[in-house]
Amino acid sequence: MADKIKIAQYWGAGCGGCDVALLDIDAKILDVHAIAEVVFWPIGFDGKLSEIEAMPDKSITVSFYNGAIRNSENEHVAKVLREKSAVMIAFGSCACFGGTPGLANVTNKKEVFQTVYKDTASTDNPDFVTPQTQLKVPEGELDLPEFYDSVKTLDEVVDVDYFMPGCPPTVNLIALAVDAVAKHVTEGADLPPKGAVIASDKTLCDECDRERVETGRRIEKIYQSYEIKADPKKCLLDQGIICIGPATRAGCGSMCPKANMPCRGCMGPTKAVMDHGGSMLSALSSLLNITDSESKLSEEQIMELMMQVKDPLGTFYAFTLPKSLLKRTVTEKRKRKG
Amino acid sequence: MSSATPNAGGEHKLEQEDFEPRILVFCCNWCSYAGADLAGVSRLQMPPHFRVIRVMCSARVDPEFVLRAFQKGADGVLVAGCHPADCHYIGGNYRTRRRIALLRILLQQFGFDPGRLKLEWISAGEGERFQKTIVEFTDVVNELGPSPVRGGD
Ligand code: SF4
Ligand code: SF4
Ligand code: SF4
Repeated sequence: MADKIKIAQYWGAGCGGCDVALLDIDAKILDVHAIAEVVFWPIGFDGKLSEIEAMPDKSITVSFYNGAIRNSENEHVAKVLREKSAVMIAFGSCACFGGTPGLANVTNKKEVFQTVYKDTASTDNPDFVTPQTQLKVPEGELDLPEFYDSVKTLDEVVDVDYFMPGCPPTVNLIALAVDAVAKHVTEGADLPPKGAVIASDKTLCDECDRERVETGRRIEKIYQSYEIKADPKKCLLDQGIICIGPATRAGCGSMCPKANMPCRGCMGPTKAVMDHGGSMLSALSSLLNITDSESKLSEEQIMELMMQVKDPLGTFYAFTLPKSLLKRTVTEKRKRKG
Repeated sequence: MSSATPNAGGEHKLEQEDFEPRILVFCCNWCSYAGADLAGVSRLQMPPHFRVIRVMCSARVDPEFVLRAFQKGADGVLVAGCHPADCHYIGGNYRTRRRIALLRILLQQFGFDPGRLKLEWISAGEGERFQKTIVEFTDVVNELGPSPVRGGD
């Protein structure tokens, strides 16, 4: 058999779930083993970045990068792996869209440090010591990665060949990717076009088998999922539970609705959409009931109706804030009088 | 769009020197655009800091358009549509006002003053209402200053 291909798997700002997900493919892991040698995988074994840095460019066949870009180390490793890999894959929602860590874009470095190193009840730090990038000690100089103000997606810092969304990507989708790479290596089959998202091009609702009201869909009232016992057969959105399905890419097999829970959008926006949240906002606001007395409703009453949606930013961008049009929160310089 | 282009010529007093607000106005084809046109042909004076985009219905204004405008540094966005009960497409404006209400909550969460996004009903005969809306909205935006996306002051 020809030389094995080389693969690398790295975690940036992630939770480790993506690393474990790759092991969830069960017997398929033997296919991976048959064709591939893992050259770098910090969560799995002790490898040194310096060894990777010493490799010739493009000598790693595929790098799976999971986690978002939160600090300078995440970015540095992404750049090294990009240079050394023929194929760079953004693996998981954090790498693709910022994911859950990306919600930290509602705040900034200063505030995060204040909370983590001072305000939390379990912290005893009277001198407010926070991580410094450089520190001189008798033994020499120490350095730590620089923590950024904003969480970035992988494709903001390096060129990405393929995107594999999901928190974490499902076994089926990983198997698809493994097959594609294996066929390419063993039979010379073409790889998917650059930039492809390894998932479905449909919306989640298309692959969800719950019964939907087909015409005249209208929601009377919005419920948090704990406020109501959801009918296990009917569309959750029709029942007033915010399910991000209409704005979300299919591919996970509608796992959450199958478990009687609403989709939170981990597969990211559908193909045609730039802004996951904007797309869901549009879908949801069209569904709230319009009655005969609509023309008599004041703007305040409409505002009240829409205030039923608690925390639209956190709900609509639970996984995609850094990939949204606005990317992060901003601060107005001055307040309006009155 | 030439006839509704404001011709005030820039003498409108700015609260901050050098700040020329960039305001985007979406007008629906059937009511508000005609209203804007009327304001133009009637030579009503308006501060010249706005650009109009004509859409078939105010409901065509996807939240993405508004978010994109703010992403690109718009200081204010005005969406103008037909009065309730007057929509050419019957209920388009009802969707619009739900959407804009929710968008304003969202924009506030993003850190913007929600006053930077305004919804107004302007009919084809309401040239003066168009003028008044532009004048008042420009004042609000002037007071708020440059969009925080533009780096503020
Ligand atoms: S995508 Fe989900 S599972 Fe993967 S690292 Fe991020 S939070 Fe963890
Ligand atoms: S909104 Fe949710 S529950 Fe309803 S069809 Fe779509 S994915 Fe299924
Ligand atoms: S249903 Fe939604 S949140 Fe759940 S796995 Fe699928 S895309 Fe992710």
